[in-house]
Amino acid sequence: MELCDFTASELSVLLRKREISSKEITESVFERIDEKEQQINAYITLIRDKAIKRAEFVDKKFSKNSKISPLNGIPIAIKDNLCTEGITTTCGSKILENFVPTYDATAGKKVFQDGSVLIGKTNLDEFGMGSSTETGAFGPTRNPLNIDYVAGGSSGGSAAAVACGEAILALGTDTGGSIRMPAAYCGVVGIKPTYGRVSRYGLISYASSLDQIGAIGRTVEDCAILLNSICGFDKYDTTSVNIENPNYLDSLKKDIKGLKIGLPKEYFVEGLDPGINDKILNAIKLYEQNGAEVIDISLPHTRYAVSAYYLIATAEASSNLARYDGVKYGFRATENIFNSIEMYKETRNHGFGKEVKRRIMLGTYVLSAGYYDAYYLKAQKVRTLIKNDFDNAFEVVDIIIAPVTPTLPFKLGEKLADPLQMYLMDVYTVSLNMAGLPGMSLNCSKIDGFPVAFQIIGKAFDEETVLRAGYAYETFIQNFDKDRQ
Amino acid sequence: MQYEPVICFEAHVELKTETKLFCDCLVTYGANPNTHICPVCTGQPGTLPVLNKKAVEYCVRAGLALNCTINRESRFARKNYFYPDLPKGYQISQYELPFCENGFLEIEDRNGSSVPVGIKRIHLEEDAGKLLHSLTVADSENYSYVDYNRTGIPLLEIVCDHERNPIGSLKQARSFLEKLRQIIRYIEISECIIEKGQFRCDVNISLRQRDSQHFGNRTEIKNMASFRFIIEALEYEIKRQTEILRSGAEVQQETRLFDETKKITLPMRSKEDAPDYRYFPDPDLNRIEFDEEFIEGIKNSLPELPDQKIRRFVDQYELSQYDTLTLTKEKSITEFFEACIPYCMNIKKLAGWIINDLFKLLNESSVSIHDSGIKPQNFAGLINLISQGEITEEIGKSVLKEIFKTGEQVSVIVNKKSLKTIQDISVIESKLEKVIVENQKVASQIKRGEAKPVNFLVGQVMKETAGKANPQTIRELILKKLLE
Repeated sequence: MELCDFTASELSVLLRKREISSKEITESVFERIDEKEQQINAYITLIRDKAIKRAEFVDKKFSKNSKISPLNGIPIAIKDNLCTEGITTTCGSKILENFVPTYDATAGKKVFQDGSVLIGKTNLDEFGMGSSTETGAFGPTRNPLNIDYVAGGSSGGSAAAVACGEAILALGTDTGGSIRMPAAYCGVVGIKPTYGRVSRYGLISYASSLDQIGAIGRTVEDCAILLNSICGFDKYDTTSVNIENPNYLDSLKKDIKGLKIGLPKEYFVEGLDPGINDKILNAIKLYEQNGAEVIDISLPHTRYAVSAYYLIATAEASSNLARYDGVKYGFRATENIFNSIEMYKETRNHGFGKEVKRRIMLGTYVLSAGYYDAYYLKAQKVRTLIKNDFDNAFEVVDIIIAPVTPTLPFKLGEKLADPLQMYLMDVYTVSLNMAGLPGMSLNCSKIDGFPVAFQIIGKAFDEETVLRAGYAYETFIQNFDKDRQ
Repeated sequence: MQYEPVICFEAHVELKTETKLFCDCLVTYGANPNTHICPVCTGQPGTLPVLNKKAVEYCVRAGLALNCTINRESRFARKNYFYPDLPKGYQISQYELPFCENGFLEIEDRNGSSVPVGIKRIHLEEDAGKLLHSLTVADSENYSYVDYNRTGIPLLEIVCDHERNPIGSLKQARSFLEKLRQIIRYIEISECIIEKGQFRCDVNISLRQRDSQHFGNRTEIKNMASFRFIIEALEYEIKRQTEILRSGAEVQQETRLFDETKKITLPMRSKEDAPDYRYFPDPDLNRIEFDEEFIEGIKNSLPELPDQKIRRFVDQYELSQYDTLTLTKEKSITEFFEACIPYCMNIKKLAGWIINDLFKLLNESSVSIHDSGIKPQNFAGLINLISQGEITEEIGKSVLKEIFKTGEQVSVIVNKKSLKTIQDISVIESKLEKVIVENQKVASQIKRGEAKPVNFLVGQVMKETAGKANPQTIRELILKKLLE
């Protein structure tokens, strides 16, 4: 086991004892990158020299101050749709292939302030539009567990990097499941916080009312460490919410006795891989054995979630992506251009990939005169119903447990030709984005070498309970393993 | 067949907030291109808008001044279209739930009566940038340049209601524009300087049969850079539409551009080509809720508006309608007038001197009253001296010029230069005798009963006394001397 295989919490203890240096961890990460990256393609941009220098700087400044963040000196990867000052930020798109932001996203700024060491910018589906990290302009990311398979998406680069030691922690973004799904496929932990918990400033928008930045790590505790850093109100994002941020490490290890867990009947139905179904039910049994109470609940509008999601997300995307016109930054088509309209058309035609164009067209249609009420407005009504479903459920339960994906990882290219099949991969994840709720994907077993994950859904702004339930599960498994030994 | 026009303005007013609507960049005019820009107002990926509260306040001010209902809940919407001066590919504007709705503006109509003009809505939006086309021909074919300094400056859009008391004549159109501009300046949310683009107007116009409730097809006219051009464009459009209707044809619903050299409107795009802006609520900005306290606060901070002022001036100061209208045109003048009143013994004279003499000086020097040397107490002192006969009107004028420039105290100038009116009759008599001796011919004309030359002699005596004699006194002395 190399340094790059340790968790952030383990490394921070060793760092604090001065038994290791940040530079050593960073070098270990880059050794792993040298070994694996060619196959995995987790990164679009690597900043080796900067990272080593940064680690040296952090080592020099290191103090034994107990208030120092556990992130101090920890190598981190950032999804390439989060702006990083002076470092190319592409969104996985040709249209931004040379775009260098002049500012840091707030979430990135916060993790840098806490002393983390940026390794590079991770691969994604173009503008976050996809569930497999195959739609980007810079090649697909492969699943470290089996390189013939997808890593999931759209934060596939972040999840794969954390899974194989190419980073210790990673920031991802989640618009319809883009953190939770790749975390599930790569066998790591990923949490999407409540909408408004983390500032979106510097997150290159896909669908503004759904986008949220979150954490990917190898353990629940690591995710809590990263969340502690990035959460909080930001005056530059007025949709971020100005409420107190708890220290997620404080409540992490508290008992879950009496915790009420809801099982939505609409989630455990035909279409869900029976193997996944069984493994999740096993996990729930473990909770029960440890004092949690399991309650059957209903989220009746679940079946409309995917349709409504793709109307709202594409509508917002069609507007958010209008700024990529070749005028100000990024790619500009220059051949055979005689006026500004042609420049727009050619720039966007050559700059955007197929899936992005599909969603822009869909969204443009959805917002068009005469269709707005039938599609966009109706989808917003469905959104309210979905939110009400959760509100009702959370009057009875503390958390909800659900699958993350209906199937195990699929092969590269397998679903690319059938967008509808791909969209259905989001069936268990999009509802949370629609309702703005926090959700975490956590590994619970394996089938044929692939990880099986379940999802813990919490009340709005109750990430604490989600993390506590996740941490408790990890503890059950450890104890179970110990018993067996 | 008699037709009457239905005229609806869409006025855009740039607000004079310190910073832009959604970022911290300064609102400026005439700065070097792209020197007041930031990641937010140039639409850099990942940036988000943060609403300027002052701009919202200004919008509500306008709404209250124009008798609108202020919506307790409002929101911003995106207006989507592509243009190089629009960095995000959409303009943040308002669509459903604007800040202000259903107002009206009272304007002067024929014979001085007033009519209300319906205002449909007032909303807040961001301005776009400016395209600069290269001056060299070779370049201009290939490139235009964009200046984003103006991008994101807060803009009010004030939209007239075509159904509720629309404007029905050119005279009304002109007084609407003037009154609107006056009120905006009164409530101090914009300088409204047309040349600086702070007040811009599009107008919709259609014709209908007199007294009909049915509307004809309308055209929208754009690209008019002054009130005069707006009126000229309307004039042309009324003529054009009348001819079409008289010939039995139908007016095409379209957008037209005004050509200011030819004074005509030309088609720009037809109804079929009208863009679909795909409005939808901007998910980057929360709904805005006003509490009563906020609105009451703005209501209480509103100044007295021109109409209220006019009524009060007529009642309180017994001024003529004309004097009142002139005094209330500009808020700064009105304030000056009222600041003089506590010190002034003759309000009618005060009004007259402001309207005739002070205005002349202000116009000649193009200095605002605040920047001139004139202070209310000093000015009122001058009026008092004149109305008490302490100094003559003639002397008053020269003293006014001096204090306008230097700001010196009237009493100091009058004493220093001993400018007081000559009260001693014998002094004037001796000067008069001298003048008669020097002008025997004129004197004999007067003796023969000619009235006209009297003025000449008065003038000569004034000259001899350096303007310090009361002309009425001189006149009486001349008549007494030569006719009795």
